[in-house]
Amino acid sequence: MEKINKVYENGFHAVHDMSLDIADGEFMVLVGPSGCGKTTALRMVAGLEDITSGILRIGGKEVNDETPKERDIAMVFQNYALYPHMTVAQNIGFALKLRKLPKPELDAKVKEAADILGLTDWLDRKPGQLSGGQRQRVAMGRAIVRQPSVFLMDEPLSNLDAKLRVQMRAEVARIQRHLAVSTIYVTHDQVEAMTMGDRVTVMREGVLQQVDTPQHLYDHPDNIFVAAFIGSPAMNLYDAVVGENVRSVKLGSQEIDLPEAVVLKRPALRGYAGKDVVVGLRPEHLPAESDGATGPKLVGEVDLVEALGSELVVHFTIDANRVLAEGAVDKDEAAAVKKGEGVARVAAKTPVKPGDRLTFAVSIEDMQFFDTQTGLAIRG
Amino acid sequence: MRNRKRTGWRRYINGINISAFFVVLFVGLPLYWLIASSFKTPANLGNSPPQYFPNPISLGNYTDAFKNNDFGQYFINSLIVTLIATALVLVLGTMAGYALGRLPMKGKFTLMVTLLIISVFPAIAVIAPLYLLLRNLGWLNTYQGLIIPYTAFNLPFAIWILRNYMLGIPKEMEETGRIDGAGPFRTLWTIILPMALPGIFTAGIFCFTACWTEFLMALTFMSANNRRTIPVGIAEFGTVFTVPYGTIFAASVVAVVPIGILVFIFRKFVISGLTSGAVKG
Repeated sequence: MEKINKVYENGFHAVHDMSLDIADGEFMVLVGPSGCGKTTALRMVAGLEDITSGILRIGGKEVNDETPKERDIAMVFQNYALYPHMTVAQNIGFALKLRKLPKPELDAKVKEAADILGLTDWLDRKPGQLSGGQRQRVAMGRAIVRQPSVFLMDEPLSNLDAKLRVQMRAEVARIQRHLAVSTIYVTHDQVEAMTMGDRVTVMREGVLQQVDTPQHLYDHPDNIFVAAFIGSPAMNLYDAVVGENVRSVKLGSQEIDLPEAVVLKRPALRGYAGKDVVVGLRPEHLPAESDGATGPKLVGEVDLVEALGSELVVHFTIDANRVLAEGAVDKDEAAAVKKGEGVARVAAKTPVKPGDRLTFAVSIEDMQFFDTQTGLAIRG
Repeated sequence: MRNRKRTGWRRYINGINISAFFVVLFVGLPLYWLIASSFKTPANLGNSPPQYFPNPISLGNYTDAFKNNDFGQYFINSLIVTLIATALVLVLGTMAGYALGRLPMKGKFTLMVTLLIISVFPAIAVIAPLYLLLRNLGWLNTYQGLIIPYTAFNLPFAIWILRNYMLGIPKEMEETGRIDGAGPFRTLWTIILPMALPGIFTAGIFCFTACWTEFLMALTFMSANNRRTIPVGIAEFGTVFTVPYGTIFAASVVAVVPIGILVFIFRKFVISGLTSGAVKG
């Protein structure tokens, strides 16, 4: 994809200059909040929407003006869009039938696809007689039977219940690896994005934010939006001031020392001496301080403790201003987040209850710094 | 607790069953009276107290309708006119409904409102100009002289029903068809049409019943005896001096049969779950 743009007739600019290169056999996830243009981008690749400007290539060939049929793609829709009057076998074989494939060959391919998906016993059923998970498999079957050069999936798991979703998540990823077909997978669920993708593309309001492997995206977000969007519970983002000599950073009334090593890794931080920045800390980078430990600390007032068994999720408040990345959190959630509220994951045995003042050890190497104005990460 | 199991006599005698009984009685009794009377001899028809069951059972009324009157011809006329008009309405209505429901078009709203206005237009208001028009065309006493007006009058309503039905079919169905490689007509034929069947049958039933029972136009445009349809034919039974009730009852029973058959088929097709399973929900 090169500088793909989509402008609707009503002037709405859904996708801005999007450029993306997807390798052969790669599982690429497009993720972002609702209305960020990810589905539009996918539909343009499918040929269901016109491309306003830019070039789309599949396998090196420009396909802007080709019909969906000519592009050699297969798509799985959010609501599956199975043909209700056809059996599972007919549903899976429909595209092949339209290509006038001889019957024995068609049957063999349908059977093969059904084997991969565990649908062999259901081939004579109609979609109405199947469970949600089975319908989802049929929709997958319809895509894989054609052996296309690209799979396009538009939130294929969002209609399943939570347990099945986790199961199918692994299965879709397994099938994709098995077939090694380039895949574009659209989701708004960042957990799906993290667990399934070889690489993840984060989008916001039609603009591509960052493309990277899930781990790199998590550890080194390019901007505040990506930082806030990826990860659950979300990253704690606070307004802070860098000390004059760049040896400390001040969150509200608390001052955290910045070791030399941290600054060396981020030389650009020197330019922010005495200036405002946004700092980000993942919940797991705020373990409860053990006795006698040295290093940077943060003290917070505990509001709520959620025991998850393996760990405690501690909601706390500090007197610094909490930064909310617009669009990353929905408005209701944003309103609920009090000023200065943060989340930490601490060891399950930590003795803590609401109302306590808890001291967190700050894993300072993992702290992220962002420019207050541009929202971009401060690194090199 | 709505679905608690009823036990003992309450299983049979409860509010729902009693109401159902009265509704069935209300609808079924006139129909029973019609059928029963059609088998009575002319002498027994006017008995007081009335015969609840025909005795002796006579087929005289039926032979009279078919032999002494041209009821067989009327029946064939009605069948030809109604079937062709209904077929035309469904073919045109399905395509128009699909276009109005789905395709990007300008002036859709105006068109739909115009259709609605036309569909509530009283036939009596246009019957005179229509008569002159058909006379000039030389279409009086021809099948097309009824088929075309019937099609025109029933089409707007059918388009409304079908358009609304098409709107309910998820657009992903067509998109997935396009990706699978089906052209527009293939998509309409193999994907949309089977899913729209309940809507098409509903429109078909309405149209069939309307044409089958239409009286005013049939009376005005078809004066020749061999072109009369059932409603007009039955009305013309008898003479100034006699009203052959038995024959009229017998003819009416025969006239009801096609609608009965149609509803029976209709029942089989209109399975509300036909579209279930296509999408979640």
